[in-house]
Amino acid sequence: MNPAPLVALVGNPNAGKSALFNALTGARQKVGNYPGVTVERHAGRMALPDGRPVELLDLPGTYSLEPSSPDERVTRDVVTGAQAGERLPDAIVVVVDASNLDNHLRFTLQLIALGLPVVVALNMYDLAERDGLKLDPQALARELGVPVVPTVAVRKRGIDDLKEALAELVTPGATALRPSDPVLHADIATLQRRARQIAMAATISETPVRRWTHMLDSVALHPVFGVLLLFVVLFVMFQAVFFAGAAPADAIASGFDWLAGLVKQVMPESILRSLITDGAIAGVGAVIKFLPQILIMFFFILVLEASGYMVRAAFLMDRIMASVGLSGRAFIPLLSSFACAVPGIMSTRTIEDEKDRLTTILIAPLMTCSARLPVYTLVIGAMIPNVRVLPFVGLQGLVMLGLYIMGVAGAFVVALVLRRTVTKGASSGFMMEMPKYQLPSVRDLAIGLWSRAEIFLKRAGTTIAFTTIVLWALLSFPQVPRDSHVSQVNYSVAGRIANTIEPAFRPIGFNRDIVLALIPAMAAREVSVAALGTVYAIDTAGGDDETKMAQTLHKRWSLATALAFLIWFVFAPQCISTIAVTRRETNGWKWPAFMVGYLFLLAYIMAGITYWLAVFAGL
Amino acid sequence: MATTLLSLEQLPQRQRATVAGIAWDRLSAPEGRRLRELGFDEGVGIEVLHRARIGGGPIACRIGRMTVALRRRVAGAIHVDPLTS
Repeated sequence: MNPAPLVALVGNPNAGKSALFNALTGARQKVGNYPGVTVERHAGRMALPDGRPVELLDLPGTYSLEPSSPDERVTRDVVTGAQAGERLPDAIVVVVDASNLDNHLRFTLQLIALGLPVVVALNMYDLAERDGLKLDPQALARELGVPVVPTVAVRKRGIDDLKEALAELVTPGATALRPSDPVLHADIATLQRRARQIAMAATISETPVRRWTHMLDSVALHPVFGVLLLFVVLFVMFQAVFFAGAAPADAIASGFDWLAGLVKQVMPESILRSLITDGAIAGVGAVIKFLPQILIMFFFILVLEASGYMVRAAFLMDRIMASVGLSGRAFIPLLSSFACAVPGIMSTRTIEDEKDRLTTILIAPLMTCSARLPVYTLVIGAMIPNVRVLPFVGLQGLVMLGLYIMGVAGAFVVALVLRRTVTKGASSGFMMEMPKYQLPSVRDLAIGLWSRAEIFLKRAGTTIAFTTIVLWALLSFPQVPRDSHVSQVNYSVAGRIANTIEPAFRPIGFNRDIVLALIPAMAAREVSVAALGTVYAIDTAGGDDETKMAQTLHKRWSLATALAFLIWFVFAPQCISTIAVTRRETNGWKWPAFMVGYLFLLAYIMAGITYWLAVFAGL
Repeated sequence: MATTLLSLEQLPQRQRATVAGIAWDRLSAPEGRRLRELGFDEGVGIEVLHRARIGGGPIACRIGRMTVALRRRVAGAIHVDPLTS
């Protein structure tokens, strides 16, 4: 049997291509990677009206067939049949923004010239009408020589017509229209002029209405109100992550405690029971507890992106980013890194300039990611007095804010230094299309959130849970003899490793328990909470609930040590996933090695300075 | 038709103009290509919508039916012909 026909979705950025892809495939999609490059491959399946299956490919958005980034190169190579491991598509759906015809038609002309069967999706048709633009799709089809279907992907309109049109294109024996217009092979300026002529011919009338986007922009891009608005947005986002995320996180934690209790009831005391409750359940629970906060953070990032606000934020931040040698584009990946550096680093693909991109990747781990939250929350809750320094301003919250600011300030200083040394070069520009504002669709948000949750849980199910079990083993073996005076922690493999390297950490105020917790926390920062819990739970042979843990820390740590520990986590690259993704994104071990080296050095120095300042201040 | 040519950087906000010419030699090759791809071309209608005033931040301009953000250095290489209404 022949494989299902392959149809590629191609178009300019901001044409609503991904929304159309979601509308056509629903949840039946698969995200993979193109071999050898770091470009995501989004594929999905859909059924034509006659029931035939079609494989749909969502290609990265690009402005032309002259690539200026790896993403754009993939798009060109797929539609020309040059991409390794991908067959030449049987048809192309060119997604075009209806209110931006002159620009998007230029690329459409280039694609039609390739000779593959083409259907044009005249997308965001409703927004064009809202802008007072009346179009004639038939006239456009006549001028282009290919079928044209008006669609509103986010509202699922025109989808059936598009499937209908596709069914004709992929019917075997159907003769593709091969236009022989000589301008199709012309240079970009000629194409542009031809595109403008066609757009003119397809436009019935154009009433100049005051556009929504311009009205909103006069606030969003205002030098004073725009910046204020951005801070309000960021403030709401972080408040939501901290407060709305807390209740479900607690519920999940109690769920796992209940599960561990159940196992303890039905199983006799044994090493296996310990593995299940203290290793597996505790480890997986510590991670899943975290999902609500990550999802809330991603919810905001997806809404900001889909609504068109993200680019406005980049516009406002470009000046500040330029002062450390980056562009406003770096703002988006860095903001995402507050949730997790992994998607943040992955989203640096939109930065064209290689050195800009590399610098952004190298500083992304300094953004306070949500994995640091459990660590900060635990240590701050245990060690910083819960007093108000001003009405509505608590000391604990202030310390938390300080840690966030420290990360950002550190990142800026590092960027400044890197841009003058390791990633020296001319500053690249900031040239970006600002899409129209639009209401994000619930379906697109849901699909986006689902794929993020999947990525996080896969990471949880593998790396973090695995590490927790390894830690449990390191702490449980070899088992201490019954008549020994040495505690299990001291006797275990982990205890012995910690004993060996502990002297190196003594100058920065770290005790053996901390060093021990840092070993498994190389996999992920949040593991250090579970690790401290395991260390103390095993040592004190008691429960590991948070108050007990806080009391234990309070007893065993000085304030100076706690502060040094917090500062360590601002800088230290304790995340295997970040290191792995950096390797993938920079194609080698050189840059991740550099990143790990400089971050550990920075963490050691800054924690040391903090410790000694605190000691001299009498804390 | 002796109108005074301005650069896009000097064009007053909300003053309609057309692109008179672009000093390609003052732009890097990728910058020039991206400008063309975004529709910057002689004769196209243009207007400055917003300026991030503080410290010389980027400008947002309307080109054709699109809004594009540019840094001032690039805007300085785009010559415009203000429309007298």
